[in-house]
Amino acid sequence: MITSNGRRPFISIRGLEKSFGPKEVLRGVDLDVFEGETMVVLGASGEGKTVLLRHINGLERPDRGEVVVDGQALGELGEDELDEVRKKVSMVFQLGALFDSLTVFDNVAYPLVEHRWGPEEKVRERVHEVLEMVELTGVDNLYPAELSGGMKKRVALARALALEPKAVLYDEPTTGLDPLVTHKINLMIRSLQSRLGFTSVVVTHDLKSAFMVGDRFALLDQGRIRFSGSAEEVRSTSDELMREFVTTAL
Amino acid sequence: MFERVYLFLDELGQIGILTFDFFRYLLRRPFEVQPLVDQLDSVGYRSLNVVNLTAIFSGMVLALQMGQFLAKFGAKIYVSRIMGISLLREMGPVLAALMVAARVGAGITAELGTMKVTEQIDAMRALATSPIKKLVVPRVLATILMMPVLTMIADTIGLVGGWVISVTQLGVSGDYFYASLVQNVTLGDLMSGLGKSIFFGYLIGIIACFKGLSARGGADGVGRATTSAVVAASISVLISDFFLTKLFLEL
Repeated sequence: MITSNGRRPFISIRGLEKSFGPKEVLRGVDLDVFEGETMVVLGASGEGKTVLLRHINGLERPDRGEVVVDGQALGELGEDELDEVRKKVSMVFQLGALFDSLTVFDNVAYPLVEHRWGPEEKVRERVHEVLEMVELTGVDNLYPAELSGGMKKRVALARALALEPKAVLYDEPTTGLDPLVTHKINLMIRSLQSRLGFTSVVVTHDLKSAFMVGDRFALLDQGRIRFSGSAEEVRSTSDELMREFVTTAL
Repeated sequence: MFERVYLFLDELGQIGILTFDFFRYLLRRPFEVQPLVDQLDSVGYRSLNVVNLTAIFSGMVLALQMGQFLAKFGAKIYVSRIMGISLLREMGPVLAALMVAARVGAGITAELGTMKVTEQIDAMRALATSPIKKLVVPRVLATILMMPVLTMIADTIGLVGGWVISVTQLGVSGDYFYASLVQNVTLGDLMSGLGKSIFFGYLIGIIACFKGLSARGGADGVGRATTSAVVAASISVLISDFFLTKLFLEL
């Protein structure tokens, strides 16, 4: 599907429904994320933003509806076929989810080694290249427990970038960080995205961060996308909840 | 009541699926040696102390009790053959399995449970790698391979304990103890115990992995999963022991 402005949606979600037991989390989400843009999904805590994100790389299976990534519908794919999608769409977890038994170097090298990316020397070069992208040097031999919150997020980002993904999914990338580190991470997300040109989906409840990193915005409310649009459209919207979100957050 | 039965059957089904996946990924290349060696060390070598201690004292107690009882009938000399059969067929495999369930089962569940609640398992999947291949296969394979080894060691140490007590407390000659043991205990007794221990190893490994991978919440969730893994593995060992004994006796 090509839209009127000629861009192709890299991620396309239609009628996505998901319940956990009796709790209906997603009740028919429709969302398009175009190639090369950063889509920010906003919403209050517990609205199912993370659940939505986890459907994009197949960590969750929908009860109903369809998720299409790079022209491929995830619904019929088995775990092995999903792995091919996951190599293209990486994810940065809320708390980093670094492997605590591995050093920083081994964490970043993990996807490269597992997918036989190249010989040892090439892997080493690539690890240092992505660590430099997130402005981390000299931390190769540290373990995750020895890192600050911001450093963990940066290592997680480096690990997500290692395989040169076409899209990166961020789950609350700035939660739990102080304002200075939050600012730094936001700048990093923005500059990496414009430098490398990948598609991004950022889930957050922090509107300040959202405006720093996002091209387009979607508001998830009661299991549906209530509003979506550009920064200008967000600021000038007549949607009551979106306005409330903007006024209280900024 | 029905809900509990449903949940139990649901868990049983999920353990069945995990078992299927274990064999599927076990046969899938590349076969990773280092994680298996690490687990063999953790499950086997590091369990030696606790298994040996349990075995030697159980062997000694068994000899004391049997000796006292048999002495009433003037049958103290039978102590070695009774010990041989009960240790090799029952006590060796079951005691070693219970110790491994407590030590190794708890360790596996706590480790995988912590990885689950800190999203490290999800991160593995998100990086297009399989937690079953990376975590479950080496752990379950290690428990399956090490249980018979630990059982054989437990059998031997238990018999040594029984021999010491028989010689020092019961006045049975050491040579006679040994000769009677060799004469009366068959290879079938040993194999029946070892056969069971392989199955116990599978049960402990798969239950511990399953409980770890299904941990939810935070630290309390991991704690609950760990307790439940040890209880479930121990009970499964004891229940399956009955049915396996019945099976081996009929073979």
